[in-house]
Amino acid sequence: MAALYEGYTLCRLVPAQNLSNSGIQGIEAERDSDHVVVTDSTRSVTLYKVSDQKPLGSWTVKQGQTLTCPAVYNSQTNEYVAVTDNKVIRIWKEEDILLDKAFKATVSSDVWKVHCVPGGEPVALFQRGAVRLFDSLLSAPQQPIEEVLAQEEAIRWSINIVAETQLFVIYTTEQKGDHFLYLQRLNPNILQRYRLEREEPGLSPLSFSASYRDKHIRLLYLYPNGHVYQSVVSVRGLGAEEGAQALPLPRSLLLGLPVGEGLLEAASALILDEAHVAVVGVPHPSAGSGKDFLCIWNTNFQTLQAGKEIAGKIYGQLWSYSSKLFIPHGKTLSVIPYECTKSSLASAMGKLRQARTEESKAPTSVPSWNNILHGEKAQPSRTVENRKTRTTRKTQSAPSLTTDQVLEFIKTAPVEEVQKEVEGLFSRADIQDLQPSVGQLASSLVSRSLADPAFYTPSTLAQLVHTQCLCHSVCPDLVLLALEKKDYFLCQLCLQFFPDIPEAVTCACLKAFISMPDIDAEKESLDPDSVSFMDTLISPEHGHLGMQNGFSPTSMEDNCSDALIGGGAVTKTRAEDKETSTAPEQICPVGKHKAVLLNEVLQAPYSDTYLLPHLKDLSSQNVILFLQYLQFLYLKYSQDAFPQMHGFRSPSLTQIMDWVCLLLDSHFTVLVMTPEAKGLLLNLHSFVKSQVKLFSELGKIESSLQELNKMKMKKDVGQYSIEVIELF
Amino acid sequence: MGDFKVHRVRFFDYMPSAIRAMALSSRSERLALARADGALEIFNFADNYFQEKLIPGQEGRSIEALCWVGERLFSAGLNGEITEYDLENLKPKYTMEAYGGPIWTISSNSQGTLLAAGCEDGTVKMFEILEETIQFQRNLERQRGRIISLSWHPSDTLIAAGMMDMIRIFDAETGHATHRLLVERGIGASKSREVVVWSVVFLSDHTIVSGDSAGKVQMWDGLTGTLIRTHLVTKWDVLALAVSQDGNSLVAGTSEGTVVQFQFISSTVGQQDKEWVRTRTFKNHSHDVRALVHTETAVVSGGMDTQLVVRPLLDKVEKNTQESALRKIAFPHRSLVSCAKKAGLLLFQFPDHLELWRLGESEGHGKPGDSLPVKRKPEKLIQLKRKGEDHICCSALSPCGGWLAYATVCSVRLYRLQLDNNNISLTKVSKLPKVLHSAHQLCFSSDSSKLFASSSHSSVIVVGLSQSECKYLHTLKPKSGSRQPVHLLHASEDGKWLATANTDCEIHVYNLHKLKLHCTVPVYSSCPTAIAIHPTTSNLVVVHADQQIFEFSLVQKEYTDWSRKLQKQGLHPLWVERDTPVTHVTFNPKNPAHIILHDMFMFCILDQSLPLPEAKTLLYNQMTLRSLPEPERIMHNHAFKICKNFQHLMCVRLLEDHSLVVVERPLLEIMSQLPAAVRQKKFAT
Repeated sequence: MAALYEGYTLCRLVPAQNLSNSGIQGIEAERDSDHVVVTDSTRSVTLYKVSDQKPLGSWTVKQGQTLTCPAVYNSQTNEYVAVTDNKVIRIWKEEDILLDKAFKATVSSDVWKVHCVPGGEPVALFQRGAVRLFDSLLSAPQQPIEEVLAQEEAIRWSINIVAETQLFVIYTTEQKGDHFLYLQRLNPNILQRYRLEREEPGLSPLSFSASYRDKHIRLLYLYPNGHVYQSVVSVRGLGAEEGAQALPLPRSLLLGLPVGEGLLEAASALILDEAHVAVVGVPHPSAGSGKDFLCIWNTNFQTLQAGKEIAGKIYGQLWSYSSKLFIPHGKTLSVIPYECTKSSLASAMGKLRQARTEESKAPTSVPSWNNILHGEKAQPSRTVENRKTRTTRKTQSAPSLTTDQVLEFIKTAPVEEVQKEVEGLFSRADIQDLQPSVGQLASSLVSRSLADPAFYTPSTLAQLVHTQCLCHSVCPDLVLLALEKKDYFLCQLCLQFFPDIPEAVTCACLKAFISMPDIDAEKESLDPDSVSFMDTLISPEHGHLGMQNGFSPTSMEDNCSDALIGGGAVTKTRAEDKETSTAPEQICPVGKHKAVLLNEVLQAPYSDTYLLPHLKDLSSQNVILFLQYLQFLYLKYSQDAFPQMHGFRSPSLTQIMDWVCLLLDSHFTVLVMTPEAKGLLLNLHSFVKSQVKLFSELGKIESSLQELNKMKMKKDVGQYSIEVIELF
Repeated sequence: MGDFKVHRVRFFDYMPSAIRAMALSSRSERLALARADGALEIFNFADNYFQEKLIPGQEGRSIEALCWVGERLFSAGLNGEITEYDLENLKPKYTMEAYGGPIWTISSNSQGTLLAAGCEDGTVKMFEILEETIQFQRNLERQRGRIISLSWHPSDTLIAAGMMDMIRIFDAETGHATHRLLVERGIGASKSREVVVWSVVFLSDHTIVSGDSAGKVQMWDGLTGTLIRTHLVTKWDVLALAVSQDGNSLVAGTSEGTVVQFQFISSTVGQQDKEWVRTRTFKNHSHDVRALVHTETAVVSGGMDTQLVVRPLLDKVEKNTQESALRKIAFPHRSLVSCAKKAGLLLFQFPDHLELWRLGESEGHGKPGDSLPVKRKPEKLIQLKRKGEDHICCSALSPCGGWLAYATVCSVRLYRLQLDNNNISLTKVSKLPKVLHSAHQLCFSSDSSKLFASSSHSSVIVVGLSQSECKYLHTLKPKSGSRQPVHLLHASEDGKWLATANTDCEIHVYNLHKLKLHCTVPVYSSCPTAIAIHPTTSNLVVVHADQQIFEFSLVQKEYTDWSRKLQKQGLHPLWVERDTPVTHVTFNPKNPAHIILHDMFMFCILDQSLPLPEAKTLLYNQMTLRSLPEPERIMHNHAFKICKNFQHLMCVRLLEDHSLVVVERPLLEIMSQLPAAVRQKKFAT
């Protein structure tokens, strides 16, 4: 879901006389999420602290000069960069008061814009398409600037993006009604040119927006007829052919926005995250015309997530920095905070597995309700487009294999070759397209591995699982294969991403994890997130710091169990426990990596009826160890709230308690008979008791709050009433 | 017992006026209290804090300071006049222009021979107190800036005067200023503003205590003129100071509504040198504390929030007694509502106008606890503005609803009221008998043929009313020769008796057929707060300020058996502990054994046929009775049937159709109409 919050005014605008433009050239992020630099369309640059709605500084160029590009902030040097009169680059610091006294450099060609990503070096994009890094430009300002664009070709929009370590400048141009996308990679400089497919004649895109994710640059553009298209360009593919010919840029219709009558005039669409797009200037589907709305659309489900009416004229400008939308309208520049949470069909239907942890991962496309329900219907052109793009792709990269060929290839080729081919396949194609074949690839890889003990491709399999297009039912042998090959990383991934692992397999994993020696486990390289979670959990500084509201659960439990049981023998064992080691429950009974794997098991979905019989297979030693680990987790959790607070993937307290109950249920008689389990059982008993107590206290609070509610219901006596009373 | 239909009325917008000044006469234990509208109230602290007397205010009169000189009461105000009051006839006796501009304060010396007034023009004016009047004597050395506060040294030789930014000490004999004590201004923004010394106290050891607008309470050495100690008490103003008789305890009232106590004690146990130590803080007010009195056992405070608060000091009183309970006096101890029980009309008395309302009607009957649908809404029929400058002191509505009368300090007005089918006519009766020029209480006979008006020396003027004329019939005079005013009047239902009660605690009963005194009820030590004569048995029921109830048979001229039984057994302790007086008594014509009475927090039906409650039985037992099955109730029944469903009662009356009228004025609504209090930082705001 997404939400737009109450907005506030950042500043007043001085729009042009005929309201043709907002008077703002651009808004750029400044040193942190709370500062922005606003450049107006004529002469001044202002620095704002957003939360205070207050200008911190303002700079103006001399009368007669004009700022021709929005000022950007270079966070490396804490300087501002702007261009006046197309050719003069100005650089100044915050403490500079007069812009005229600041650094100036005149370049030999007109600059279109200066871009600067946070932490990166500014880049100048010239009107004729050339790109220069500032360092090299300023060392020789008068250096000749080459012309990249053809005659009559003009830049319409530009952005720069950092993809991994690579800096990209992306710009679109228009030439006689044709639109082109240029992808300029810097250091080494590689330029790729794409031709945008033509929309209905005479229509040119109103706005562009670009984002980078998973080695792909995603370009979003909005046409006046309300169509929002998405084109995805792989960063890796770049460099195959140096910009000789403009490649056709495949596109898919992401949204068909309702436009009412006529065409859109001033509108803008902005990528917020992989599933959400903010759109302004497009009529709200359920509100009448004549009103302007800012809307957030979910592109996965094509649903309107949030809408907000915007008063005053809209100029089709929209910026977004750190969860805030900046929108000029009427005579004000408003800041509207927003929030987009990852949405999935499951969340919409209320059956979200691991509601908290899922957030960090993309919505899984395994069952792909998404495509089944919406994909085909809402994007009728898509299959055609895809086929087209695939054919074009085939023609352009002749030696690479198709999926079918790769499948055949897997059956025979040596490990390295297979890995290379499968990876190659992935780098070329869109994952969405590959979805059906991922299953085939995986199962053929698994069956080859099973048949041929020497054949095993851990990285390829991990990559396949990572696509989240796989599930256990597609290749049922994968997890067991991983277990057999002791590829615990793959096991972890499977447990993480497969929603349908049978309880028997989960149990087999558990058994393998718990019985493997710690030394083996530490060798494994596991998902860094979950490892760092365990790191924070185990790290000694968390030992006794944790006090919530001055309350330390351990001490309380100790007290209450001691007080309650009061028996000499029991207290003695506990006392002895304490003597031997400072606090045995406080030390993690298993190694870190082992714990990470066990955590994965804890978070796996299960149904207890099916799980119980399999749990009985565990040996009593394993059960005790596992229980000790669960106890350790429980204590850590009840000590402080940090595991829940951090965004790490971690088992919830409920999951821990459920597993404790399951283990006890399945092995209770054995445990009671095992002497070394005695202390453990007593501790667990006290946990259960404290939980029961907590819930009963919560119940009390609930009922007393309900009472309060009832009391409020007391009717209001007005000015006059006629009542009947009875005296006894 | 039965069901009652209750008209629950909340449209009486009674709004008490803020308390401006207070003075305690330690000899008579009477507290004089002045309100912002110029009204003056006298409370008898010896008799359960009963509000004995009320002198209505006057347009344009404002009282800034009050001062008792023996039994005589003086006030001064911003109109520049000093007024002495006639406490027997409840009106100003004379006023004296001081010719010094607005007067901020007056103070008399301990001998009671001189009255000092602090004026706007910077003079302290001395008035000699003569037998009947006061006479200007001289001015003390004139100062620049107004004199805000004054305090005499107990030796009568020195006077301390609080001014702007300073305190001056005068020699009372020579009239010269001997010392000038400079008071520091507030810090920060208030630095540029003059500090006002709102209050000074001159103690016998020559310590001067001052309270000022910068929130400080300061102790000065009056001999050397040096500052001894500063206590920063509040961010706002310290408006009032009061010191105990023995000079060992001091209280300061602030704009925050707090009262801060200081005590003169040694800071370490066993040492001799004592100093003023801040000891306690009371917060009983929401707004400014403008007036303070320190009695032997309690701190009495009043201010903008209109309530008089008596806060006992727990080191001075026995714990868990009635004396140790906090008392808040919010409503006047007399009824401001008259009810025409035959016509279903209510008359509300405000200081400057009267409102006549007709009660609504409902359809059908309902179960206990139900609210009946209102068929006809209540209606304001008349709003009558008073004539002249004086505020209304009493008003009455005849039982039939045909007559309406009100009185101010200097006039009585009578109106003929005709209501037929939405035609309302109000005609002033123009020719009133000359003798009827003022009244402390007004009352109509039950057949509306006579108007009784209590006059000076406890006498009652009887005026006959008829369609054509209004003529003087008689003046009823008690034999006791009491000079105190009558504060209660009651004419019996059968028209035979008239009972009066005065603040000397005397109750006289007159026979109206013979127009002469019938008998005098034995005087009880506490003042009557409500009287009524039973319509059939002719028994007089009296409730006193100490909550005692007596029943006196007018026929036998003696207390009835029930009354004796009640006295013998004693009232229930919880009944006696109530802290608001019963302000009205009436009877239930359906059941002669029922006496209906009410105070501010409850009304009670007293069933004389039932046994009296023992001290250990539950007094407030209505809830218990409700929960019990019918047969068991008898065992738990007792005479006091107390209903607390309605709170903050201004009036409870029984109409002719046996429905009750209760007029409520929730304190919260009064609070909500007060101006905003000073802003205070509260937690998490």
